Amino acid sequence: MSLRFQRLVLILISLLILGAAALLILFNTKNNIVFFYTPTELLDQNISFGDKIRIGGYVKESSLKKISLNQYEFKITDNKNDLLVFYQGILPDLFREGQGTVIEGLIENQSTVTALRVYAKHDENYMPASIKKELEKNNQWKKDYK
Amino acid sequence: MLISLIVVIIGLILVYLSPLDYQQGLTVKIMYIHVPSAWLALLTYTIMTIYSIIGIAFKIPFSFIVNKAVAPIGAVFTLLCLISGSLWGKPMWGTWWVWDARLTSVAILLLIYLIIIFLNQTFENRDVREKTIAIFIIIGSINLPIIKFSVDWWNTLHQPASVSKLSSPSMDSSMLQPLLVMTVAFSLVGLIIAILRIKAEILIRKNN
Repeated sequence: MSLRFQRLVLILISLLILGAAALLILFNTKNNIVFFYTPTELLDQNISFGDKIRIGGYVKESSLKKISLNQYEFKITDNKNDLLVFYQGILPDLFREGQGTVIEGLIENQSTVTALRVYAKHDENYMPASIKKELEKNNQWKKDYK
Repeated sequence: MLISLIVVIIGLILVYLSPLDYQQGLTVKIMYIHVPSAWLALLTYTIMTIYSIIGIAFKIPFSFIVNKAVAPIGAVFTLLCLISGSLWGKPMWGTWWVWDARLTSVAILLLIYLIIIFLNQTFENRDVREKTIAIFIIIGSINLPIIKFSVDWWNTLHQPASVSKLSSPSMDSSMLQPLLVMTVAFSLVGLIIAILRIKAEILIRKNN
């Protein structure tokens, strides 16, 4: 093997080892890298009350209630477990029932959270608004996309 | 030059004519800036990595010239991606910035680009400098798969990939088309600037 290809192999091998090292570090510190926990993960982890934490999931259908002008109550779900959330403040534009959301807040007890911040999370699907109207006209909307 | 101007104009017209999103409305048009600049930020770094490996292994001076010429272009695309993403995040997510895995890894990419640009100003000895930068670029390339797969590996606020995934794109063709044309337009603009910068760098080196 010529010197050049020895160098090339050496570089590629060191890159591979470095990459493996980086991946090992990242996957072993997973708990610090995830942006949020789902309600189910939260119940498994036994996090003590009063902790500040971020929880992600979907806003449960027909659970959003307006208590007063800017006080809201809703349920966040991952289709297995629910958490009741109280929030005082302005909700983002995309925050809707059935849509993804991430909340940052304090755990009050086993099933309720007081949110300090609410983010809306949107999925990777993009669709022209006109197509949605047509699908709704043909009664195919909920069937296909929910 | 003329072709890329035409592609840019066609791209902008297509973006103007593109439909509104069923969830996001008009805000979805930020995507046509955000996504191409993100792709090109990654592409530029990939090119630099390949040239660094070739450059060190085969001792080809041209690859170091490319590294130096292209780094600021990648940095600008990364910055554009971060700014447009921030402007998109405020109305949609309700926040300018969060420290989730995708956003943080792209911010690290910007830092890496800036370090490369600054490293180009250091070291009197050109060979030492070029080798140091190339090694730094190769080490930094570990960040590329992290950026790409961060949305799949960890829970993030950023949504997963719509276009670059194995199954068919989860985007209607009336939105995908302008996006792809804009990507070609961005690539052409980047390519023109890259060629000009490479030419200039070669001229400078000839004069010395």
